[in-house]
Amino acid sequence: MKYTFYIVICSALLLMTSCSNELDNFDAPSSFLTGSITYNGESINVGRNRVRFELRQPGYALTGAIDVAIAQDGSFSSRLFDGKYKLSFVPNDGPFRTVATDTIYFDLKGNKTMDIEVDPYYMVRNAQITNSGSVINASCSLEKIITGADEKTIESARLFVNRTQFVDDTNEGKAWEATADISNLSAVTASVDISTVDNTPDKPEPDQNYLFARIGVKISGVEDLLYSEVVKINL
Amino acid sequence: MKKQIILLGIISLMAWSCSKSDEEFLNRPPTTILTQDQIFKTEDAALSVIGDLYNRYVDFGTIKDWRSLAGFNISYWSRFGDYAQFQNSGWGNGDWGTWNYEYIRELNLTIERIGQATALKDEVKAGFIAEVRFLRASYYFEMVKRMGGVPLILEPLTYDFSGDPSYLQYPRETEAAIYDFVISEAEALKDLLPSNADSKSRATKGAALAMQARAALYAGSIAKYGGTTPTVSLPGGEVGIPAAKANAYYTTALNAAEAIINGEAGAYDLYNKKPDLSENFAALFYDKENPEAIFVEDFKVGGGKTHGFTIENQPRSTAEEQEGGNINPSLQFVQSFELLNGTYAPLAHEVGGDPVYYDQIDDIFDGRDARLAGTVILPGSDFKSKPVDIWAGYILSDNTILTGDQRGLKKDIPGGPLNVQVVGFDGPIAGFEFTAQTGFYIRKHQDPNSGSGRRGTQSDVWFMRYRFGEVLLNAAEAAFELSELGDGAKLPKATTYLNRLRVRAGLTVPLTDVDITFDKIAHERYVELAFEGLHFYDLKRWRIAHIVQDGNPITMGEVTQNIGVATKRETQPYSIWPYKYFNPGNPNDGKYLYKILRLPNITGADRFQFGNYYSEIGQGTLDANPLLVRNPNH
Repeated sequence: MKYTFYIVICSALLLMTSCSNELDNFDAPSSFLTGSITYNGESINVGRNRVRFELRQPGYALTGAIDVAIAQDGSFSSRLFDGKYKLSFVPNDGPFRTVATDTIYFDLKGNKTMDIEVDPYYMVRNAQITNSGSVINASCSLEKIITGADEKTIESARLFVNRTQFVDDTNEGKAWEATADISNLSAVTASVDISTVDNTPDKPEPDQNYLFARIGVKISGVEDLLYSEVVKINL
Repeated sequence: MKKQIILLGIISLMAWSCSKSDEEFLNRPPTTILTQDQIFKTEDAALSVIGDLYNRYVDFGTIKDWRSLAGFNISYWSRFGDYAQFQNSGWGNGDWGTWNYEYIRELNLTIERIGQATALKDEVKAGFIAEVRFLRASYYFEMVKRMGGVPLILEPLTYDFSGDPSYLQYPRETEAAIYDFVISEAEALKDLLPSNADSKSRATKGAALAMQARAALYAGSIAKYGGTTPTVSLPGGEVGIPAAKANAYYTTALNAAEAIINGEAGAYDLYNKKPDLSENFAALFYDKENPEAIFVEDFKVGGGKTHGFTIENQPRSTAEEQEGGNINPSLQFVQSFELLNGTYAPLAHEVGGDPVYYDQIDDIFDGRDARLAGTVILPGSDFKSKPVDIWAGYILSDNTILTGDQRGLKKDIPGGPLNVQVVGFDGPIAGFEFTAQTGFYIRKHQDPNSGSGRRGTQSDVWFMRYRFGEVLLNAAEAAFELSELGDGAKLPKATTYLNRLRVRAGLTVPLTDVDITFDKIAHERYVELAFEGLHFYDLKRWRIAHIVQDGNPITMGEVTQNIGVATKRETQPYSIWPYKYFNPGNPNDGKYLYKILRLPNITGADRFQFGNYYSEIGQGTLDANPLLVRNPNH
């Protein structure tokens, strides 16, 4: 009697463990999708955690998207299962034109590098950021890419300077900022004196001998800024 | 082995005995569930169902949750767990979302079942149905404000278990269609609901008209101002209202508001009972003999429905519990109250860089709009007849500050008396919760009754969802916008309605037509309706939330600039702290001076993104219904 009891318990346990093994037999996703958002092969710099695109796998019951965030230099990287994917941008997200029906289909089998061409409203060209003493000078030109019905004007441009390599228009992304002169789009200039400018009274001059800077451009009616590349400045 | 057989026998015997027992024993009527017939047999029982539906009314701002009234940097939150609100940089896309179709279904079911009830009188049934329709329209109004157009379900839906639920999937209506539904329901209901200005907590004609005025005004402003943020719209119109509709909506809003103002819904009027205008404005919110209240959520101490607003916000020094003072109105809010002659001015804490010394601690606030002291507990004022103790320390002759890190701490003053109090029992002490960290506490909604600050008693001050003062403001705004849209003859109405409120606030110079601008309308709403849960929707429908909350910190220089401008940056609350001057022999010894500061805990600056204008629809909801389109920028 006792033996029968134990045998029943043990076989029940075995049955249970064998079931759970069957259910949880997926390997973790292993393929990388990497690349950049580009215009004519040139990366488009955006704000950190500001712009994303969405991946969907058609054919499954749930339609939720896999968000892929775009880093501030325009690159992205996502670890995924192999399969067929549908890539789309979120309408009005990012400093480029997005069309709701604009969709890219691709197969993922192993690692894949894929640059995504987008239509930016503007491109930042010839960005130069240098310093003389505590004054940081920046200049660039802005090339209008989209013309015609969808063209947009420049609302403002600003120079952002930060202590870390993350530089953008958020509170954490800028320790100093200066509004640029945009009267001539082919010679946009800005400068900021990091020793006297008083816009961040609680952030005194840094105890480090390098800073990071870049120019951010606000396009009218577009929420996300377009940036130049981050430049490291040695003081 | 024998034992087992006997056990088995006993078990099977027991099983048999159970199944053979009498039917009556098992078929007793349930004691915890009332059937449909039982509920809709008597008026009282049916009323309890409707009471439950009233209780589930969804408010954006409610007195039951102090945070919901105090957001968007109009105040600092003096509570350890909430400092993070001022260290982050904005809001999530899903914030403020509401999608409660269970509530909609129960409202629809109630309408259907009251209609089917045979035991109730027809006029009772009609009254109940009108009330439930009012609640249903109210919730659709709440949804459209937060989500844009939503599926409009007006009858209870039932699944047939066929395996195909697609016939239950409804697409989103346009935003305009939901507003039109709310407006047309209110139009129909105003004649079905009782015209009784004494009935405050149940739907009345006044409540229906007030809802209609507010809904039409909101729709009109989205039509008018939606064009400034073209990306906050959807091609199908689920978000965004065509500009051409603005005129009709504003006209509806003005007519509905004027119906209340002209007494068509009963004797509503501004609350004007007390000679002290500040006391009068504070009493407006706790006095229940009140011609101003139109539709409220009521509470009753001893009646099982109370709230803890006063517990959470009472001045800490005289608190009835070991807490209080959560809401600290910001300097920007306090300084936006006009001088009595109707001009804007920052608090005069210094002139040409030199501090101004005041004899009394509250002299700096003299001669301002009476609503200031009615809304805010200022230094030097009192609550429940007990003075508050808000002062930050001593400033000594060499301009050093002597203060303490505990409430009411005593220290020795160098060259002065020993062991004296160097900081108020209400602070302000930076980072010390429940002290008045901006220099102020809130007065609006606070209950002056003894025991209101005790957990065992709590408060039964009601929450006004619609009041006559807001109706006047809605009428004024609609009239102003109609004049902007070409009907200049409407402008004097805006002036008249604003002046009624401003006379009650003690302002001595009445506005004239030339004074009425968008900023003036926005300012009047800001100071009159602060901490009532309406500021957020004003920012949204005027499409200025992303400008006011633009993610940039506020500098010391700009905080006192542009007072009364609707688009003034409001990303961080600032503080102004009173100090006593200690310099024996100096003529200013013992006087008060003020310092403006930003609390060290405020490190973030809020950014309102385009995606925040309409809340994100949950992925689970989208999965369940492929006909739903997502909100813009999500």
